[in-house]
Amino acid sequence: MNNDIHKNIITLAIETSCDETSVAVMKNGREVLSNIVASQIEQHQKYGGVVPEVASRKHLENINKVIEKALSEANLSFESISHVAVTYGPGLVGALLVGLSAAKAISFARNIPLTGANHIEGHIYANFIEHKELEPPFICLIVSGGHTHLVYMKNYGEYEVLGKTRDDAAGEVFDKIGRALGLNYPGGPEIDKLSKEGNKEAIRFPKAYLERGSYDFSFSGLKSSVLNYLNREKMKGKKISIEDVAASFQQSVIEILVEKTITCAIEKKVKLIVLAGGVAANSGLRELMREECSKYGLELIYPSKKLCTDNAAMIGCVGYYNYIVNKNSNLFLNAKSNLKFENI
Amino acid sequence: MKILALDTSSSATTVALLDNEKLVAEYTINNFSTHSLKLMPMISEIFESCGWLPEDIDIFGVSLGPGSFTGLRIGVTTIKAMAQALNKQVYGVSSLDVLAYNLMYVDGIICSIIDAQRDEVYVATYKWDNNNLNQIMNPSILSVDKLKEVMYKKKEHVYFVGDVAKKLRLRIEEENCDTNMVFPPDALLLPRAYAVGKIARQHASEGKLKNLEDIVPIYMRKSHAECQYEEKQRSEK
Repeated sequence: MNNDIHKNIITLAIETSCDETSVAVMKNGREVLSNIVASQIEQHQKYGGVVPEVASRKHLENINKVIEKALSEANLSFESISHVAVTYGPGLVGALLVGLSAAKAISFARNIPLTGANHIEGHIYANFIEHKELEPPFICLIVSGGHTHLVYMKNYGEYEVLGKTRDDAAGEVFDKIGRALGLNYPGGPEIDKLSKEGNKEAIRFPKAYLERGSYDFSFSGLKSSVLNYLNREKMKGKKISIEDVAASFQQSVIEILVEKTITCAIEKKVKLIVLAGGVAANSGLRELMREECSKYGLELIYPSKKLCTDNAAMIGCVGYYNYIVNKNSNLFLNAKSNLKFENI
Repeated sequence: MKILALDTSSSATTVALLDNEKLVAEYTINNFSTHSLKLMPMISEIFESCGWLPEDIDIFGVSLGPGSFTGLRIGVTTIKAMAQALNKQVYGVSSLDVLAYNLMYVDGIICSIIDAQRDEVYVATYKWDNNNLNQIMNPSILSVDKLKEVMYKKKEHVYFVGDVAKKLRLRIEEENCDTNMVFPPDALLLPRAYAVGKIARQHASEGKLKNLEDIVPIYMRKSHAECQYEEKQRSEK
């Protein structure tokens, strides 16, 4: 890549795949000039999860304000923008369409290229923003409310998917168990907090390793087992220690995530492990992964908590790397709610 | 004054360029593909055909609804983002008003109807008074049966407009009775972006400018989840 040609590329990035309306302005892909996230958590809390129609309406109300704020915080106007990057999947289709419509309109109005970005790929790229020296190849564990993927990233935009969940995503299970424990939505961060006060060995919940050599995950068995435990104890009239349940459940999830990731790195002879996605903010996961990595002489990298959760900066980073190799989209770009990571 | 206007409230996507009173170009696609796929390429094509550039536009006009929620959001977001990127003004109009413009100078009651799902329609009625379109019945949601009953009682002819009128016509034909209800040909039933532009221009001349953030779709209905939640709250009380 000729760095002179690509000096100071300014990306306006838009992300509306779920319940955060986010717009970022990025310089040369890795430098965040602004990264505004308007969260809708409050709007969805009373429903115990994200309601697609409510999310779509809120995105529309927020999007122009968030664009304006991102530009003013970056101290730039539309004239300085080199291209627009936008998440086109996977996610809630109605929500994606708001960001996509805005991005296409700006691209046409300002006559600048449009670059589509895959949301899951964005989570990986969040790591490039804070770790300036980071380069592929590495093994990446992507864990969020919608995804659980174990991926070998060979080069920018080049992946081998080694494993993924066969049922619920890791973050989804955290949220569902959180709800069963009567915690606020989203349950993940709450369980992480409670786990610190509980005994992770108090209850033995099952871990699904699946068939030998598989890097896939399955969390539905674990989920049922926790729900059954809660029902059983309730029937017996026993007092449940929420902290112990949280700690034991979390331990089951993270042990399996860590074990498969480490085995994968060893088998692929890769020395670097990268975490991505909302669940990468889980302190238990970070801690156990760090311990295991140091045991096997592996290096571990993960984003700060703000960049683990959904944000437009990570989309700007993917968009930039697509843009510099001319992987731009046209105005026919459509939202793909079930966009596969394998299709990159 | 150059205007870009569009309507995505129905299954048809319609885009128009106006220069003051003059309709410069109008483009409607009424097939099964989605607004998200059609709208921006259509806008790009219509500009190219006319040799106009986005920055030539003085005001933007858009149908706010009622209509398909997703369709409305695509149209409204597109127009607002274009206007924001070019620092221009946006005027939102009612999609029921837009439909009524299809039947200019009709002597009788004009009844604009838009599919509201669950066998219901969004409806408003109008009458022409010289060159002015006056709304008689404010936008509301009625079941198709209720609509028939209300319009049947009118002493005048009722002219239906809106693509769901086709379904209503079939039902009335089945009943095989003499009625005061008139169904114009299909091509007149679709919303036209020309009318959006015309109404937007009128709003602009009357100084009815709103802040960009106050321009939101007219859904006329809460989301299903909100309704269920409120229902639950009520029953628990």
